[in-house]
Order: sequence, then C-alpha cells, then structure tokens
Amino acid sequence: MATKHSRAAARLMISPAVLLLLGWMIVPLAMTLYFSFLRYNLLMPGMEEWTGFLNYQYFLTDPAFIASLINTLLLVGGVLIITIIGGILLALLLDQPFFGQGIVRILVIAPFFVMPTVSALVWKNMFLNPVNGLFAHVAHFFGLPAYDFLAQAPLASIIGIVAWQWLPFATLILLTALQSLDQEQLEAAEMDGASPVSRFFHIMLPHLARAITVVVLIQTIFLLSIFAEILVTTNGGPGVASTNLTYLIYVQSLLQFDVGGGSAGGVVAIILANIVAIFLMRMIGKNLEA
Amino acid sequence: MGKITLEKVQKKFGDVEVIPPLDLTINDGEFVVFVGPSGCGKSTLLRLIAGLEDVSGGQIRIDGEDATGMPPAKRGLAMVFQSYALYPHMSVRKNIAFPMRMAGLSEAEQKKRIDAAAHALNLTDYLDRKPGQLSGGQRQRVAIGRAIVREPSAFLFDEPLSNLDAALRVNMRLEISELHQTLKTTMVYVTHDQVEAMTMADKIVVLRAGHIEQVGSPLDLYRHPDNRFVAGFIGSPKMNFIEGPRAHAEQAHALGIRPEHIDLSQTPVQGAIEGRVGVSEHLGSDTFAHVHSEEVGQINVRVAGDIDVHAGDTVWLSPQPQNLHRFDEAGLALR
Amino acid sequence: MARAVSKPRKLVFTLVAWIIGLAIFFPILWIFILSFKSEGNAIAAPFHVLTSAFTLESYHTVFERSNYLRYFMNSVILSVGSTLLGLIIAVPAAWAMAFVPGRHTKDVLLWMLSTKMLPPVGVLVPIYLIFRDMGLLDSRIGLVFVLTMINLPIIIWMLYTYFREIPGEILEAARMDGAGLKEEVLYVLTPMAIPGIASTVLLNIILAWNEAFWTLNLTAAKAAPLTQFIASYSSPEGLFYAKLSAASIMAIAPILIMGWFSQKQLVRGLTFGAVK
Repeated sequence: MATKHSRAAARLMISPAVLLLLGWMIVPLAMTLYFSFLRYNLLMPGMEEWTGFLNYQYFLTDPAFIASLINTLLLVGGVLIITIIGGILLALLLDQPFFGQGIVRILVIAPFFVMPTVSALVWKNMFLNPVNGLFAHVAHFFGLPAYDFLAQAPLASIIGIVAWQWLPFATLILLTALQSLDQEQLEAAEMDGASPVSRFFHIMLPHLARAITVVVLIQTIFLLSIFAEILVTTNGGPGVASTNLTYLIYVQSLLQFDVGGGSAGGVVAIILANIVAIFLMRMIGKNLEA
Repeated sequence: MGKITLEKVQKKFGDVEVIPPLDLTINDGEFVVFVGPSGCGKSTLLRLIAGLEDVSGGQIRIDGEDATGMPPAKRGLAMVFQSYALYPHMSVRKNIAFPMRMAGLSEAEQKKRIDAAAHALNLTDYLDRKPGQLSGGQRQRVAIGRAIVREPSAFLFDEPLSNLDAALRVNMRLEISELHQTLKTTMVYVTHDQVEAMTMADKIVVLRAGHIEQVGSPLDLYRHPDNRFVAGFIGSPKMNFIEGPRAHAEQAHALGIRPEHIDLSQTPVQGAIEGRVGVSEHLGSDTFAHVHSEEVGQINVRVAGDIDVHAGDTVWLSPQPQNLHRFDEAGLALR
Repeated sequence: MARAVSKPRKLVFTLVAWIIGLAIFFPILWIFILSFKSEGNAIAAPFHVLTSAFTLESYHTVFERSNYLRYFMNSVILSVGSTLLGLIIAVPAAWAMAFVPGRHTKDVLLWMLSTKMLPPVGVLVPIYLIFRDMGLLDSRIGLVFVLTMINLPIIIWMLYTYFREIPGEILEAARMDGAGLKEEVLYVLTPMAIPGIASTVLLNIILAWNEAFWTLNLTAAKAAPLTQFIASYSSPEGLFYAKLSAASIMAIAPILIMGWFSQKQLVRGLTFGAVK
C-alpha cells in the first residue's frame, strides 16, 4: 500500500493539522518569550521598553512566587497521593464480583464529568460553607462548632475538591489496567502459594506500574494548570494562601495588567511543565512502537 | 488466461534490497507455491504481483500485457489474505458481492455468482451472518468466495491457512486443491510450510533472502535439490547432513541423506554407522528414531512403525547409496 | 475463571462498594435533591431538606432568566463547533498517519501531543492580546478556534489509534476487489471507522463543554458558556442554593449522560492510547 501516489496524498492530508498546530504553538510562545523581556503594562500603553531579565528577577524574587510554587507542588502532590492510593483501592474493589457493578461504576466516575466551576461552587456553598453548608449542619448535630474550611484551610479544601474530581479518572484507568491483567498469572501465583497480599504486591502492583505512571504524568499536566476551582472558591486567598502558579500569572497579567511580568511567569510555568512532559512523551513514545 | 511473467523484478525498501532482480514465469493454469523461511521475501513478491507494492525495477506482465504500473484493481487478480481481511460490517453475502458491486455487475448476475460460490464453498446457510459470527474455516471460505466471484485470471493466496488449527488446515488444503482442479485458474500461493508446498503445488519456487534458490515440481525438488538449503527445507523430517571422512570418501564436502532413506539394523552391519537411540517417536505407521553416533553426530531415521526401537538401543545405520545427495563446499549439489 | 464466589463474600463487597460509590456520588445527588426544593428549604438542616416539599420552582426561575438559554446554547455551539472543526482537520491527518505511515509519523504524532502539554497560562497573555486586537474577545468564533486547537492533538491521537486498529489488509482487499480511493473510503473505511469517530466526538464534546480556563478568560457575556454562567453565581447569588443547584444540574446533566456512555473510550482518549 506504500505507493508513491499515496505518500504524496498523505502529506497533503497531514499538513493542515501540522500548520495550524505549529502556528498555535510558535506564535504565542514567541510572543510570550518576547514580552517577558519587556517592561509592558496594559495600563501604560506605548511605554514598552527592553528590560532584559528584570521581569524574571522580579517574578522569581517575589515572595508570592515562592508561596505559589509551594502551593502548586502541594496541590499537585496532595491530589496525586489521594487519587493514586484511593484509585488503586477503588479499582481493586470494583474489580471484585458484587451486585450492581455497572451502576456503582457509573456513580464512581460521575464527578469527572462535572464542570470545574460547578464542582467548585457546589463544594464551596453546599458543603464547606460555615453557616449553611452540609458539613456545618453535621457539626452542629454533634454539638461541635462549624469549621470555616475555605478561610482556615483554603489549600487543603481545594485539594479535596480537585481530588474528588480526579479520583474517578485514576480509578477508571487503573481499573482498566487491572482488568487487562492475565488471570492465568494470578492463578499461577496462587498455585505457587502466594497469599492475596503478596499477589497484590508482586503481581498486580507491578502490572499497574505503567498505568500509575501514566496517571501521575497526565494528572500532573492538568493539575499544574488548575484555575477555575481557585477562581471560584477562594480567589487565591486569603492572601496568597491558595494561589498556585497559574493563578498568580493570571492575576499578574490580566488583573494587574503587567504583561511583562506575567509573561516571565508564563515562561517559568512552561519550563516546569516541560520537565513533566518530557517523561510523559517518552512513555507514550515507547508505547507507539509496541 | 493467467500467465504471469516477472522480468528483472526488483524491490528495495529505502536502501535495503529485499528482492534482487529476479525472473520467473508462471504459466496459465499452474498452481505455483512460493515457499521459504519467514523474511525470505515471498510475501513481498506476491504483493508486487498484486500491485500492493510498487516494484523498484523490472517488469511484471500479465498475459503478455505490461502490468507494472497498473493499480491492483485493474490487474484482474484476486487475493486471499492471511487474516482473511473480510469487511466486518458487511454480511457474508455483501462481502462476496463487494468486488462485483465495484465492477458494476447486474444484481441478477451478482446473485447467480454468489449462490454458485456459496454452494461450492458450503456457505449457503451463513450468507446473512457477519464475519464475526463465523469460525476460522468459514471465514477462510468466505474470503475464497469473494475471490472466486470475480472470475480472476489468477488467484493470489498469502499464507491463507496459517491462522487455522491443524485439522482444519488439512481440510482447507484439500478444498483449495479441488478448487484449482475445478477452475483450472492460475494460483499463486505463499506459505512457509513445506508440507503445503509439497501437497498442493504444480511448481514450487523456493526463496531465500529474496533469491530464488530453485524452481521445480515437488518431486523434482525432493529428489534433486540444487543445494543444501533446498535439500534441508523440502522434506519432513529434515535431511541429515554428514561431513568428514564419509563425505570425502564420496568426493564431496557433505553428504545428505533423508531419514526415510536409511536402513536401520539392530544387529551389527559391516561399514554401517553405529549409534545409540536417544528418543524414538512412535507415530503408529512410522517411527522416528533420533540416533546419536560417535562418528557423525545426530542422525534422524524414519522406519516402519512395526520395527521396535527404544531409547538406549544400539543400532546400525546404512544410508541407501542410490539416495545419497552430495554437496560441495559452497553447498551446491554435485551431480 | 469459572470459580464460584461465596455468597456472603459477594454480599459484603456489594455493601462496601455501594456505600463508597454513593459517597463519591453524593455531592451530585445532593444538588439534584436541592434543585427540587424551595429556596428556604434548601438551606435548612439536612433532615428537613429531605422531608420538605418537592417543587420545580427553581427550574422555572432559572429558565425564565432569559440569559440562561443563551449560555446553554453557547456551550453547545462551542463544544459541538470545536469538535466538528477539529474532526474536519483531524480525520485526514489521522487517516494518512495510520495508513501511510512514514519515517517521521511517530515524531509528528508526539510533537502534536507535546503542544497539549503547553500550560495554557504560558500563552494566556499573547492569546488575550491577539484576540483583543482582532476583536475576537468574547466571540464564539474565537473561542471555537481556541477550543479546537487545544483539543486537536487529542482528536488526532484518538482517531489515529482507532484507525490503526483497522487492519491494512482489509483496505488492500478492497483495492484488490476493484475499489478506488472513493469507494474504499465510502464503503469500507468509513463504516469501520464510525465507532471510533463517534467516541472521539463524544470525548471531545465533554472536554470542550467542561473547559474552564479559556472560556473564563476570553469571554464576558456574549459568547460565555455555562462555565462562566456558573462562575457568576460565585457570590452573592451563591446563597440561592436551590437555583444554583437547578442551574448546575442542567449544566452537567447532558455531559454526565454522554460520559457514562463513553467510559471505555475515555480511558484511551485521556491516556493517548497508553492504557486501553
């Protein structure tokens, strides 16, 4: 089928996609890079001037940057830990025979389809609200004082909300991977006298290793860019207590109109994301050959 | 009519030459089998004939007409693929009708040919099923049916039986042979299984690394292999090769002797090869004895099933002199 | 695996699984209940909420607010529009890469994916400025384009993995059977590719519908989809629990249903084929 004629046609068919993506990637990227070296504020048009690495210097030495970097890492790390461990346990559970498997599966994956603004708002008002939230009602019932989650523990609350959204993703993927495990392997291990616990650690977990890596990498890509949940619940506050890198750059560029500073932040964010992306691409690339 | 001629046909993938320039004539009505180990270029050669790959040089003629640059559909050939390549979303009937639909045949003619093919291939009861609901053998027959209705000038088979189990394979082998006898159409058949080649072919083409090692009738190849490769490839169990003093005594670098051409004695024989039976496989009709000898190493012997040989027995082997094959250093047969 | 599972064991698992399943689903269930309550009952204590009267009042109110339907339509237009536009660009590309793979196909595919890894915030400023200068801020066209571009790699990738599962031999068989390119695409490829295309469409509508970075940053009122509408409830209207619940249910219901239908494909699409 590899005739010359079809090769030429193939190139023609790929080019629109390639050109569009190339433009979509290169143009804004080049602009971001360019802006990051300018003093450029939307409130002072016409005053742009070359400042070298000054934007980077300001951005990187801003205490808010360090705080947001730590918040970003806590957010990503916290959600990853909860979703991976929870996902493995849930996948193991859902893989057991029980009545109504299909329905429970549907219930478990549902949160993933809830749009971020809805889930953030619902958690904020209906559950975490210190006056009318469900948790406050429960606390009252037991005679305890209500806890103002978003004021007292803003980042932890956001981690909880985001983990609720992403737990289904991890579960679904790990369950799919678990189901692809060759049953004969487990039976062989059982014949060899392996207990359920050692079957899990010596056979299931290594089999899941690949899926776990994929979940970690993909979630990291998305979690680095968490935005709507913060915007809706805490606006990054109190102070910068729940501001992540994405939100900080948003504030800097679209709320403070500091294009130069925001762009410098953008470049930093791109570099951080690329570190993750390189590992992810390597894994996917390997898979492509198989 | 279905005479296919290859002249200096060559195929390169990038800089790698998979088929060096090669000549071959396939006569009208002939059943030709391309056989060789995997990677020998036999499937590529078939695909070149089909037009699914471009040739890198040379000419392909079908019935005298230059078909080198023709698209596959215009060559008037039909192909049966290893994976059957049935259209999963179409019923058996639609699958068989597809080439006729493409050719714009009338509904009535389509129906007539489908019924005839279904009858010949025992598919009448399955015409409205989807391929997914059929067994491997039935799918294979549908693929053949789809090829028959085109009334091609030649059939091309690409390892059509390799996905079937052993018993079914024997059946389908017979069915394809019968089909050839009824239709008398040229068939080109690719396989790595020398048994299929021996049982079905009028003419066998043995390929290795893109080269034609030998072309001939099955018995021709069996009796007069041109070289050690063909000698070892054709025939089962494999030919034994003996090097050293015994070969030199016959003015050869190596001697080849088929397991069925060795006389086995359980009492000492003058000048025979002495050895101990390692494993003996009793098939009932025959017995295969794997004999270790100090003198020439491992020798496999095939004897009648009623001869009682067991592991550990000492035996004396005498190759039948009229069935000895002699080879030189380069592996070419000395005649 | 024909081994009997003991009844008690199965019952225990059933109980545990249902409790956990319902707990995870609970927030959605809760707003579903709240959406049928009056505003006053919705903020009451949980027990009272459950026993209070059923009403469709909130749905009426949300519908009557003239702008709700516009947000909803914007969501439909953005998600369906960007998916269709994406398909038009992606189908030929994926087809070519799956059936006529070249030496660089793998690199091209990986590069396409890598554009997806670019954090949106890294290019927020230039996109915002380009849109401002071209008058595309708060326009559906501009947003359809952005959503198409961010989902294009996933669309191409998914289609590619589906197309690659169509055995090449079948297309060759069609060619041998006398089908030209047109017939090959029409009678053989398309029917076989439709399930894959359908799940690709489904997943991308879901992703576009829930996209909440660009839709929040590039729209204000005219082109704003439901993500923006819900975000505008943030305060002080957020205290209208029943209405917020009704609006939320309407915003997530279509996607929830689609998502349930495309569970399997979701795994493949979101992991770029790394887990199947």
